[in-house]
Amino acid sequence: MQMVNCTIDGKKVCVPEHTTILEAAKEIGVYIPTLCYFKGLNEIGACRVCVVEVEGDQRLHAACNSPVLEGMVVHTNSKKAREARKCNVELILSQHNVTCTTCVRSGNCALQHVANDLNIMGESFPKDLPKQKGSKSFPLIREYDKCIKCMRCIQVCDKIQATHVWDVINSGGKSTVDVRDFYRLEDSPCSLCGQCITHCPVGALRERDDTDKVLDALDDPETIVLAQIAPSIRTAWGEEFGLDAEEASVQRLASCLKEMGFDYVFDTDFAADLTIMEEASEFLHKLTHQEGDFPMFTSCCPGWVRFIKSHYPEYIPQVSTSKSPQQMFGAIAKSYYADILKVSPKKIFSVSIMPCLAKKAECSYPNMTDSEGNFDVDVALTTREVNRLIRAMHISPKKMKDVELDMPLGLGSGAGNIFGATGGVMEAALRSAYYLATGENPNPDAFKDVRGMDGWKESSFDIAGNKLKIAVVNGLANADRLLTALKKGQVHYDFVEVMACPGGCVGGGGQPIHDQKEMAAHRAPVLYKQDREGTLRFCHENPSIKLVYQDYLEKPLSERAEELLHTSQKGWLMPGESE
Amino acid sequence: MSRLIIVTENEAQKTVEGLYRDIERRIQASQPGLCPVDLAEAFVHVCHSQSCGKCTPCRVGLGQLEGLIESVLDGSADMDTLKTIEKTAEGIYNSADCAIGFEAAKMVLRGIRGFYEDYAEHVQHGRCFAKLSQPVPCVSLCPAHVDVPGYVSLIHEGRYGDAVQLIRKDNPFPAACGLICEHPCELRCRRTMVDKAINIRGLKRYAVEHEGEIPAPKIMDKTGKKIAIVGGGPSGLSAAYYLSIMGHDVMVYEQRKQLGGMLRYGIPAYRLPREILDHEIDGLKKAGFQVKTDVSIGHDISLKDLRKQYDAVYVSIGAHTDKKLGIPGEDAQGVISAVEMLRNIGDDDYPDFSGLNVIVVGGGNVAMDVARSAIRLGAKTVKIAYRRRRVDMTALPEEVEGAIADGCDIVELHSPVRIEKDENGHCKGLVLKPQIIGGVRYGRPSPKDSQAPEVELKADLVLVAIGQGIDFRKFEEYQEIPIESGRINALDTSALKDVDGIFAGGDCVTGPATVIRAIAAGKTAAANIDEYLGYCHEITSEIELPPVRFDDNAPTGRVNMKERPADERVKDFKLMEYGMTDEEACQESGRCLHCDHFGYGIFKGGRECKW
Repeated sequence: MQMVNCTIDGKKVCVPEHTTILEAAKEIGVYIPTLCYFKGLNEIGACRVCVVEVEGDQRLHAACNSPVLEGMVVHTNSKKAREARKCNVELILSQHNVTCTTCVRSGNCALQHVANDLNIMGESFPKDLPKQKGSKSFPLIREYDKCIKCMRCIQVCDKIQATHVWDVINSGGKSTVDVRDFYRLEDSPCSLCGQCITHCPVGALRERDDTDKVLDALDDPETIVLAQIAPSIRTAWGEEFGLDAEEASVQRLASCLKEMGFDYVFDTDFAADLTIMEEASEFLHKLTHQEGDFPMFTSCCPGWVRFIKSHYPEYIPQVSTSKSPQQMFGAIAKSYYADILKVSPKKIFSVSIMPCLAKKAECSYPNMTDSEGNFDVDVALTTREVNRLIRAMHISPKKMKDVELDMPLGLGSGAGNIFGATGGVMEAALRSAYYLATGENPNPDAFKDVRGMDGWKESSFDIAGNKLKIAVVNGLANADRLLTALKKGQVHYDFVEVMACPGGCVGGGGQPIHDQKEMAAHRAPVLYKQDREGTLRFCHENPSIKLVYQDYLEKPLSERAEELLHTSQKGWLMPGESE
Repeated sequence: MSRLIIVTENEAQKTVEGLYRDIERRIQASQPGLCPVDLAEAFVHVCHSQSCGKCTPCRVGLGQLEGLIESVLDGSADMDTLKTIEKTAEGIYNSADCAIGFEAAKMVLRGIRGFYEDYAEHVQHGRCFAKLSQPVPCVSLCPAHVDVPGYVSLIHEGRYGDAVQLIRKDNPFPAACGLICEHPCELRCRRTMVDKAINIRGLKRYAVEHEGEIPAPKIMDKTGKKIAIVGGGPSGLSAAYYLSIMGHDVMVYEQRKQLGGMLRYGIPAYRLPREILDHEIDGLKKAGFQVKTDVSIGHDISLKDLRKQYDAVYVSIGAHTDKKLGIPGEDAQGVISAVEMLRNIGDDDYPDFSGLNVIVVGGGNVAMDVARSAIRLGAKTVKIAYRRRRVDMTALPEEVEGAIADGCDIVELHSPVRIEKDENGHCKGLVLKPQIIGGVRYGRPSPKDSQAPEVELKADLVLVAIGQGIDFRKFEEYQEIPIESGRINALDTSALKDVDGIFAGGDCVTGPATVIRAIAAGKTAAANIDEYLGYCHEITSEIELPPVRFDDNAPTGRVNMKERPADERVKDFKLMEYGMTDEEACQESGRCLHCDHFGYGIFKGGRECKW
């Protein structure tokens, strides 16, 4: 590798050829402000905030995508650089509706941060705000007058998610970011993965806020409000409250929710275990009877289901009929648990806490109800919304005491817990499929090959004489690649797990936002640690699961299980999908 | 008190004159895909600034038009606004006192009629249909989408072999294109905004000249599929080259003695020397395709049989038949079509025109080719007769100038009426009717008969160069091949509607066009034939590019190509144009603004790494 020597702000640095000025500066502790930049994803020099002066050149260069060259002398904060940088931020502010006090990203906004750091007071240019308005009812909301055209949403939707929803529309001064090929987001093939939100530096993209609906239910004394907490929430919710991984437990979150007035708090891990019982049984049934086409695809990620329905409808029959853990939980809560409470399901308001926007769409699909039309889940909140609720209710999680979750739906296995990370569903399913096929438990770590942040993992395992070829993908662009390869006959699998978000739900689009940082790899180890250290590591060994089958469902794929826990993936339609 | 003063430009006027030139260059370098409505508004604004202010329609009306168009753009207009725009523009056009007003209104009228849908889309959805889908002007305007900034940066680094290999990823004819490409890539080169377009073709030629041995391409695993290519010109050979790399077995059928198509049988050697063409074709053959020459499809073997024997067929037979003048005496001996003459030269059958008076009829590049060839064949005089003015000729201006420098006379504004024969039936003169230039039709001024009497020019030879067609009699036995207006009607994928497994491209589809369009058609056909056969072989390049250069891009003159002196070059068919020197190539490649990195290119992928 060829090395290059240069000087940045008087400090010498030697870096490999092709290193950017920004990266070289970072090596020697020189901080250059950025705004549109997102490492590896969006290095396009659009905002011109990172401009620096290079000796010998009249004009400034964007540090984020200009390579250092041999002998280069860079000044990151010269008068010329400073003034141009400040001017560019002021220009961006002229097209940004500066409503920081009421903005969802206040305090966590790259523009606010950079403008404050540059000591910009007031506004230097007349306001020139776009007038377009988007839908306020769709789970994903775009605020046109907050967008700073950093293009990150376009990049993540194209490169990471292969969903191609966002694009630059119009040219010249009228250029803006908007929905590609459609006029409205709700008519587009948006998977609602929410990655555009977690990659947005400002408040231009956000989830629909459903917290008021929850508060209304909590305030109604006639309504029983219960919550389920998805596996990945426990890896992320405490970040903004300064809790470490131990403190940010599901029990701590439960105490916050109880403090708000939730009557019962449960664990989606329970429903993940239930999902495995149904999905593994479904898979084994397909395998032993050689029914339908392979691979079978997992169905627990609604972003993925939206993607396959929009982009590869011919593969819909191969998606598992098992409902997602969120929906299984909701269905059990309003049937089995309503029976336990001896109340009508209508009295129950079921809230899910999810890392995801697609869950908001999923819980309101017309077929996600019981026979009387009660929705399995009434409201799905993202991690961010729950955190906002905690703050709005003046709760200090740091000071709260952990409380145990309610039973029996508050108990989950380690296998259910790792659903929150890529490979987790597959690993949990294989652990139980092995048991279901052989009558014996495997070593719980026998299938650890499927762990890790690689976008497309594959492996093969021998289960009761069946050689299984499986694949695990995360990030929809990897799913797109896999489906293309499948279509061309280049790959063959028996079972495929797909999670829409990079790294799985731990990197979900509803999770807390850390600008310019991908969090999945930091959060996933929390789940694996809990699995490793727990005593219950198989879904089928969960006593609550045994109980619910014994008392209510009888056995996996029973008539009642089919009715409550399975669904038709054609039971609702994506925009443009044919019946 | 002085009666007269000499008017001198003040500093402001001088600066504005300079800005006019800047704007001219800037408009020249507009990238494709801009919003036409936004541009219309900007143009009206400029027009309004030019108004002297005397007359109402121009002084007030143009401002109102601008405001109306802005309302379309900012979303406050409704569909009635579009009617108002049209009515207002009509009023201004009909009543403005001078061209400043009525021509401005005419521009708006052309726009609202020519891109009404864009106006409507803005009103109804706040959107524009225009799209900057390929953001690097040179790459997007090259029909084969060659990675121009990529190879220019390699030339600047002195990596000539890599540069040419990078070109071959998209265009297997770098040597031929380095000499004779019409270089649409230079048309909207962004460097024009600074000074003048990069001499891309010249740089390509320079790289090829410094490449050395052409490396054999890496062939992918054999597929066992068989493909027949009908016609060994640039399109057919491009398809053969890429399909062979993809691992298919390819057979090229060529009607003539040698490969090359119009590169050999249409372009004289002083522009594209045979040894360079032969070397290039030998390099292509390293991909491993087979060739059968002297085989005429439709005569020696039918297309139907070919289709049965092969998994797919690509028809690229070019446009090699001549068009007739349709005047009395055309059947005289000594009346030769340009196609025929160039075909003979292609097989090194050089006739002797010593002492002959030659008249070439036509104003295109082919007319210049035969005229300049006639000079080199020893003709006593060569006249080029053309109905319109010299400036209206479709030939490249440098070709026309070159022909004049070679000693050709241009007889402009003369239309052929008949050919006079001698007692042996040989032509002896061409009678021409003088014309005057008239009204503009379809964007070009047309000639009309003048009152001047006919003139007769002495002609021992008349060379007719007024266009070519395709020889579609070949397909009479294969009725399914769709022929329309004398061309094969192929889809933009090169496939034929309702004909399974037969593809077509190049001149036989487009009519006589450029070599780079033919190459692009061959590339497109290769990709789609591969797909048709159930594969998705990707043509890629592993060449790593140097880091982007920094430059303040101070205005610097463009290095133009120099030619051998006219009195020397007319004596032979050797290459007429000089290549760039090392110094020139280094400076010229350093002028590239690298739109693949700067601007939209880095965002929307200026570089197509594979296809």
